[in-house]
Amino acid sequence: MLSSKVFSELLSKKGFNFYAGVPCSLLSGLIRIIDDDPETPYFPAVREDAAVGLCAGAYLAGKLPVLLMQNSGLGYCLNAFTSLNLIYKIPVLVIMSWRGEDGSDAPEHIIMGEINQKLLKTSNMEYSVLSSENYEESLNTACQKIEDGLPYTLLAGKGYFNEGH
Amino acid sequence: MKGTEAFKEIIPLLTDEPVIHANGYICRESFNIKDREKNFYMIGSMGLASSIGLGVAINRPDQKTIIIDGDGNVLMSMGTLAMIAAAAPKNLLHIVIDNEAYESTGNQRSLSNSVSLEKVAQSAGYLQTKKVTNKNQIREAFQELMEKDGPSFLLIKVEPSFDKSTGRVHHTPEEITARFMKSLSQPKN
Repeated sequence: MLSSKVFSELLSKKGFNFYAGVPCSLLSGLIRIIDDDPETPYFPAVREDAAVGLCAGAYLAGKLPVLLMQNSGLGYCLNAFTSLNLIYKIPVLVIMSWRGEDGSDAPEHIIMGEINQKLLKTSNMEYSVLSSENYEESLNTACQKIEDGLPYTLLAGKGYFNEGH
Repeated sequence: MKGTEAFKEIIPLLTDEPVIHANGYICRESFNIKDREKNFYMIGSMGLASSIGLGVAINRPDQKTIIIDGDGNVLMSMGTLAMIAAAAPKNLLHIVIDNEAYESTGNQRSLSNSVSLEKVAQSAGYLQTKKVTNKNQIREAFQELMEKDGPSFLLIKVEPSFDKSTGRVHHTPEEITARFMKSLSQPKN
């Protein structure tokens, strides 16, 4: 398990300075730490695609945005990723919790848990699955892609971050 | 008033504000009257002009930011009205050209003939809301809202009038991003 605090500090160190999203229990610790820090404003969005728009506007205004969401919101985002971020070269770091990773989650998460990687691949959305060994390397890769103007997703399974509730 | 007439009233009133345009005929009308580097033409991602505009406004409080939206876009992302009201950027003016239709796709009716979008915005918590139906009211309403603290909402009721021969935005999406960001990073005039 990675400390949400360690990861949020790493994000700040990399220059990420705008946060928006729709919560997931798996990301509750990370969201709480970010929201509690006045240096890292967090904007609650009503739906994941609205958070994509908000992050896009923040990027256009000179910020480096992070979108925090559950994989259940991926479907809502596909039009925004493909007809906004990818074609306009508007990057965003997506931290996406992976409900249903091992097929044993609540019923509503099983199908998306099985297909979220396929959806990302099909949409030309590059991503890494976070592990305790690769998180620094994955974030470095993400930063390189973002510098090239591309969105990048970090998938975080259950228990990857310590929760905050 | 026809939609085109509304654009002909609004566009000359713009000075150096960043303007986020909703997709469809909103982009095309504005582009063909006057192309500006500070215009962000959102050609896809329907519904997101409002959240993009919010993202710009809260991060550039020194810049009055304008969204030119359509009724179909607002109805699709009604929740974003709540996000704007909650974030409460003083520097945001949200203009909605309301033709009660999806005009770019063949004039199918929308729901705004029976749902008053300015009342929705007011209930959500926009500080200022105005509705105009005559083109002679646009200049005064626009200037008043530009002077007051927002978030502000200007609903302009129009009749569909889009001429399909109106050209599309000819910049590539990447060019739109690059020049918008460059113009926004330059010091204010």
